This record gives sequence, C-alpha cells and structure tokens, in this order.
Amino acid sequence: MNRIGAMASKLRVPALSIFVALFIGALFIIFTDVEVLGRLLSDPIGALGLGVGRAATAYSALLRGAFGDPETIGKALASGGDVQLWARALRPIVESVVASVPLIFVGLGVSVAFRTGIFNIGGAGQYTMGAVGGTLAALIFGGGVTPAPIAIILVMIFGLIGGALWAFIPGFLKARVGASEVITTIMLNFIAAQFVFFLVSNVEFIQKPPRIQPVSKELSQFVDLPGILPIESLRLDIGIIVALLTAVAVSWFLFRSTRGFELRTAGLNIAAAKYAGMGAASSIITAMLISGAISGLGGALVAVGTVKQLSPGIAGSVGFTAIAIALVGGTRPSGVVATALVFGLLQHGGSLMQVTTSIPIEMLLFIQALVIAFIAAPELTLGIVKNPFVRRSKSVTK
Amino acid sequence: MKLELQGITKQFPGVLANDRISISVDKGQVLGLLGENGAGKTTLMNILSGLYRPDSGTIRIDGTERTFRDPAQAIDAGIGMVHQHFMLVPVFDVTESVVLGNEPTKGPLGSFDRATARAQVVELSKKHGLHVDPDAKIESLPVGVRQRVEILKALYRKSEILVLDEPSAVLTPQETEELFEIIRGLAKSGTAVIFITHKLNEVIAVADKITVLRRGAVAGDTTPAKATAASLAEMMVGREVQLTVSRSKSKVLEPILEVNEMSVLNDAGDLAVDRATFVVRSGEILAVAGVQGNGQTELVEALTGLRPIDSGSVTLESKPLPAGSPRDIASAGVAHIPEDRNRDGMVKGMTIAENYILNTYHLPQYSKRGLLDRKAISAATEKAVKDFDVRTPSIDTDIASLSGGNQQKVIVAREFSRNVRLVIAAQPTRGLDVGSIEYIHRRIVEQRDSGAAVLIVSTELDEVLALGDRVAVMYEGRIVGILDAKDATRERVGLLMGGIVA
Repeated sequence: MNRIGAMASKLRVPALSIFVALFIGALFIIFTDVEVLGRLLSDPIGALGLGVGRAATAYSALLRGAFGDPETIGKALASGGDVQLWARALRPIVESVVASVPLIFVGLGVSVAFRTGIFNIGGAGQYTMGAVGGTLAALIFGGGVTPAPIAIILVMIFGLIGGALWAFIPGFLKARVGASEVITTIMLNFIAAQFVFFLVSNVEFIQKPPRIQPVSKELSQFVDLPGILPIESLRLDIGIIVALLTAVAVSWFLFRSTRGFELRTAGLNIAAAKYAGMGAASSIITAMLISGAISGLGGALVAVGTVKQLSPGIAGSVGFTAIAIALVGGTRPSGVVATALVFGLLQHGGSLMQVTTSIPIEMLLFIQALVIAFIAAPELTLGIVKNPFVRRSKSVTK
Repeated sequence: MKLELQGITKQFPGVLANDRISISVDKGQVLGLLGENGAGKTTLMNILSGLYRPDSGTIRIDGTERTFRDPAQAIDAGIGMVHQHFMLVPVFDVTESVVLGNEPTKGPLGSFDRATARAQVVELSKKHGLHVDPDAKIESLPVGVRQRVEILKALYRKSEILVLDEPSAVLTPQETEELFEIIRGLAKSGTAVIFITHKLNEVIAVADKITVLRRGAVAGDTTPAKATAASLAEMMVGREVQLTVSRSKSKVLEPILEVNEMSVLNDAGDLAVDRATFVVRSGEILAVAGVQGNGQTELVEALTGLRPIDSGSVTLESKPLPAGSPRDIASAGVAHIPEDRNRDGMVKGMTIAENYILNTYHLPQYSKRGLLDRKAISAATEKAVKDFDVRTPSIDTDIASLSGGNQQKVIVAREFSRNVRLVIAAQPTRGLDVGSIEYIHRRIVEQRDSGAAVLIVSTELDEVLALGDRVAVMYEGRIVGILDAKDATRERVGLLMGGIVA
C-alpha cells in the first residue's frame, strides 16, 4: 500500500474543510462590514474591493498573530542573539502552541471515549476537576513542602485522579443503569464549574487573599513548571511535552494492548464485542476512567503551569472545541495533536485579529464551527471543491 | 403496460454494478429475475424505482422513453415495489397502511376519510384475491399477510408493473405457494410482474420468462419450459454447480449437546423458546428448520451465552453449559457462526487479522502481559487466509471491503481455529454466492466427519434438507418435530414449519 497516498487521502477532507471555512469566513467579513454594505448599491465594485481589502487585512493579522510578524522575525534574525527581539518574534507561534496544549489533552481524552462508542461530552468538567486536583496538590505539596520535582509529579497525579473520578460517575451510571452519558456528562460539567466557584470563594486555604475575587491563590508561588525554551519570557512549559507523550501513550494503548483492542471493538460494534465475550460494562468504565484522567492531567498542568490560578471558568470553551478536534482528527492521537495545533493557531491568531481589525473573536468560533460542519459532511466538502473543476460525465440518453 | 429496460449501465466506484442490462416484461407476464447476491439485481431495481439514475441506457414504458428523477415519479409511472424488508408501521391497521401517503380526505380541513379508504381497500383486496382484514393491526399479522398488505399498497397506487424483491425469503413453503397464486392472479388481470429471487425452483414455478444476471450483466434469457434447476444454476454461477452436498453416512457417537426443557425469553420478556428438548451427537448434523422469527435466534443466543436461559438445563459433554458467558462456552469447544454476520460476527472498520483474533486475542498465543503479539497474530491469520481461501489483498485489509462470502470465510476460519466439539451455525450461508455456499457447507461437513457435533439453524429449506442428518422444526418457540433425514421430505417439513403437526 502506498502510505503517503493513503495519508494524503486522509488529510484531504480536513485540509479542504479548513480552507473552505476560511473562504466562507472571508465572505462573511466582506458582507457584514457596514461600510461595504453601505456602498454596495451605489458603487458595487468599489465596495467589493474595500471588502476584499478588509478580509485580507483581517487574515493577515490572523496569520501574524498565529505564526509571527515577518518584519519582527527579520529584525530578530538581523540582530543575531538579541533575546528581547527573539522573544517578540517567537511569542505569537509559542502562544499558539500554548493555546493548543489544553486542546491536545482534552481532545485525546474524549477520543478514547469516542473510540469506545461513548459520547463523553464531559471533557470540560473532567478538565476542571483535574485543575482542582492539580491546584490542591500545588497548595499542599508546593512552596517547599516537598522537593519541586515531587510536587510537580503530585500535581499531575492529583490531576489524573480528579479527572478520572469525575468521569467514573457517568461511566458507572452508564454501565450499571444505562444512564445516557451525554446527559450525565453535560450536567457534571456545570457541577464542576460550580464546585470550583465554591472552592475559590469559600475556602480560605484556596482563595486568593484578600478574598474579594472568586479565584485561587497565585499557584506560581507554590509550584513552577519548568519552561522548555531558552528565553525565559516565553511561557512554554513541560505541559506540551507531557501532552505529546500522552498522545504516544494513547496511540500505543489503543492499537497495541488487548484492553485497547477491547475498547475499539466495543466502539465499532458492541454486539460483536459481546459475541466475542468482552465485558461491555468494564469497557465503558475503563474507557471513561482513561478519558477523564487524560483531560484531568491537562487541567492540572494548564492551571498550575500556564494560567497559574484556579477559577470557575478555567475550562472556557476547551470542552466543546476538544470534541470538534477529536472528530476532525479522526479520534487518532496523531490527528488530534495536528488538529489541536491548527486550532491553537486560529485561536491565538484570532485574538490579534480582534485587536487590529474590529472583527470580533467570535468570527473564529464561526470558522471553527464551519470546519466541523464540513468535516461532518465530507461529501459536501469534496463536492464544493470538486465541481468547479471536474465535469461529471453526463448520462447518455438517446 | 409493457416495460423495457435497454442497455442499463451503472458504475459505482470500483464496481460496474450494471453492465448494459436489457430486460423486458409485458402486460400480464411474470418475469423471473434470477441472480446471486451482488449480481446487480438490487441496483437494477433501484434504477427502475427512481432511487438511482443509470449512467446510460433507457427505460421505456409502452414504448415511450421515461426518466425517473425520484421514486415518486416511478410510482406515478405505475411501478410498484414490494421490498424484501417491509415498510409498514406496526401500530397502524391494514387500511391505514395501504392508503398511507395517498389518503382519501373529506371536509374543508382535509381530514382522513376512513370509511372511503376502508371501502377502497376492501374492493381492491376482493378484486385481486388478496385476503386481509382491513381493520387488523399490522403488528398482529403474520409475515405472509403483511406481504399482501405491501402488495395492496402497490396496487392502491395503481401500479401496473409490480416488482417483488426476494418475496419468499420470509415465507413457509405453503405461504410461498399462496403468494404464487396471487402473482398468477395479478398477471391474469393484466399486471406485469418482476419477481426477483435467487431460488431456482421458484422462478421455474411462477415465471413466464426468465432473465439470469451474473456479475452485473445478463447471463442469459430462457423460459421455464426450457430450463432446469441445474441449467439455471450454471447460468447464474458461470460454471457447473453441485446442487447437493456430497457427504458420507454419519458415524454417530456419544451425545455432545443435551438440551432439556430449555425455555428462553426474548427482549420483550415473552417466551421465545418454549421447553425445547433435543440432543446433538458427535458426528451428526442436526438442522433446525423454521420460518424466521419462530425462536431460532433466541435458541442459538441462549446456547452461545448471549442470552440468559430462563429455565431448563443444557449440558455440553455431560458438564453444565457455562451459560451466559460466550467466552467460557467458546473455551469449552463451541464454535459459533452467528446468524447476522454484520451485527455479531465481525467488526467492520477492523482488519482481517483483528477479526480473526476477535474472541481469541486474550489467549497466550496472541497476547502477553496485556500486549498484542502482532507477529503471532499475523502469522496465524496469514495461514488461515490461505487455508480457507479468503480472497483479499492483505490481512491488514478492512474486513468491510471483502465480499460477503470472504467475510464469512474469515468468520468460519476463526471459529474452526479452536478445538471444536460443537459447531453452532446460524444461517451460515445467508446472502452468499453459490461458490461460497458450497465451500462453507463442505467445511461444516468436514467438522462433522472429524467427530464434532453440528447444530445448524436455517430458514432455507434447501439447506436444511441438504445438510441435516436429522431435521428439527421450530414453530412458535416449540420444537414441533424431529425427523430423520430419510423422512424429512419438503412437504412434511413444510407442514411442520407452518405449525401443522400431522
């Protein structure tokens, strides 16, 4: 089999989806611009020109925000080793990667559940409870109580446990009484956020003094995750390394282990799994535990390392974006990592776009939603791109 | 009306489903369309009913060319389809079912005019000799009567060309005979009938002319007067076919499976198997006949651990069956070829190798310390693929891309890869081509000859009669009779299948 060819055909739909979504996004930028609309009737050509210009400005801001400004990069190159200039040049791309770290974790987490045929929508809640676990570990063991490496390991373990416990509840309910995981996990997302709100507004041990805002203490005072770049002001820490290792581990688990074989069988054909004597209930619980643990690990590392604070909104839109990422990435660890990086680029690029043009960051959510819609309807996506170029042979009717 | 299809060609990615097919059927004529699964029958009918559009070729009705953009246009043109799987709403009554989509209405709000509808249905069923109670609920009707409702539906829509897709698959021999009467009556009153089947005897019995399809093309046209079952089979397969399974006399030894007063409930909690008692011995094949849905599925599921046994006892080689655990039953020496291979027997989206180890992956030969031993799995699968003549580009091919026959060979290879004392095969050849049927039958008989006990469940009477050393018949959950092969004539078994115990 031609592996490169097979790879290319797998990437075709996702790549086209992103491309078409960006194109439609551009049309929206053009036709929602008040100035363009105002001139559309009196001076259609000028208006369109203006609109295309606006879209170009927006997308170039998006690209600069995602990858970096060529000019700044040029200056950094010219300067040789000027740390300040290099930090400025690399910050956009580094921040894009930082934005992708939680997406990788939760994307991998929900992928394990999806592979088992469980629609775990609870990534956000499991991520949040992982963040709670990580925060507690940092507050208890950090700040010199235990040596720094041990504190970091405990942060990760508490994160794993927090997420796993939160996923165990819906897993157990589904396996034992058949409760729909879609409903239970969504509800547990809300409970997790409210639980954090309770912790950071009522518990003195956790809440940031002088206890006015509902946020935790600054966690960087307790545990500091080591950065991995030589420039200190760039905040990329070991979280990304753990994320990539997790991807490798998930891939190995799913495709090499007997347990992974059982989970994949259950996901593809539950009747055949029963026929083969695999325990369906234990598959569900195992998958949910692993799924929640991975999301929880991400929550702990991001709360302690990147955000450095626990707050009720810690998960943001990570839960739902991660579902999209899992589906776009074909629930394959490599696909999830690649898609999460693309979404990270879009997210960080979008924030610069919002600053430099007046286009709101919601535009990016719109584009993300379009990407998902196109991936969900591959025929449509291929149709849109194919039709203008390829003429279908007309039926011969005489 | 006269229907002609000329030069119909339909290409799907990688498959030429229909290759310049031409068929015609005249007013008052019955055309038997014969072909194996995958010969292109269904594609052709989907083109005729407006679901697909042909790449080339023409459809003519009474000489005028027609194109159908959707099924509604085909119905308007007078083409009525009776599908293999009925499209009926269980809680509707017969009248409602027949007029659904074309209801007579009354009043300014267009409310349903039940009285008129009922009168129309009664008149229609009287005219065509299709006896049904217009007020009976669909769910209370036996399959044969539901089929009549489907035919009435087509006639109500003024179909003058009636297409019946594998209509006898769900009927007893006697019900099939009644269906043939109906078809003959319809033809007499001027309807053109296309009767699709893979059963040779049926086309000979009911058709006026026969068209045989093979691999998407017309293999030949003939008439029942000129054709024999053997000549049709040869046309259908493209080579000479042995219609009977050759096998030696069975050397029956000790009992392997003893089922005593076993009762099993279905999903709804109703009694599906009612105190079944039988024995299968080493070296014999016990074939269970019966119309689909008379408890055979539940019987097999109970014996293979997929469904709890409600009462009664089952022993395997004198030890109690480890009921409820498919894995323990398999380890005890039971091979299970499941009734629905798509649902239970294989995992589409997984490779042939993964399907081959589906229920043995946990054994030390294929995994160590929770890790799959890919080398051992590949080696074993390569050997099985060769031994069982599975046609596939590689063992890493998705099993979904294989033909039904090759998929079934993978399943049989997997089940026979263990030490087998009892074979439980449910519908082992459903939907397979003749070549694969021969092959699978031969393999099953081999198991018998090497001393295994074999329990075959089939709704195909031909298969039951060809393979069974003894024939048991199930009707409404009960074993209504067990006959020796020499006493198991088509008529006797057929009567038992209809619940008539002589």
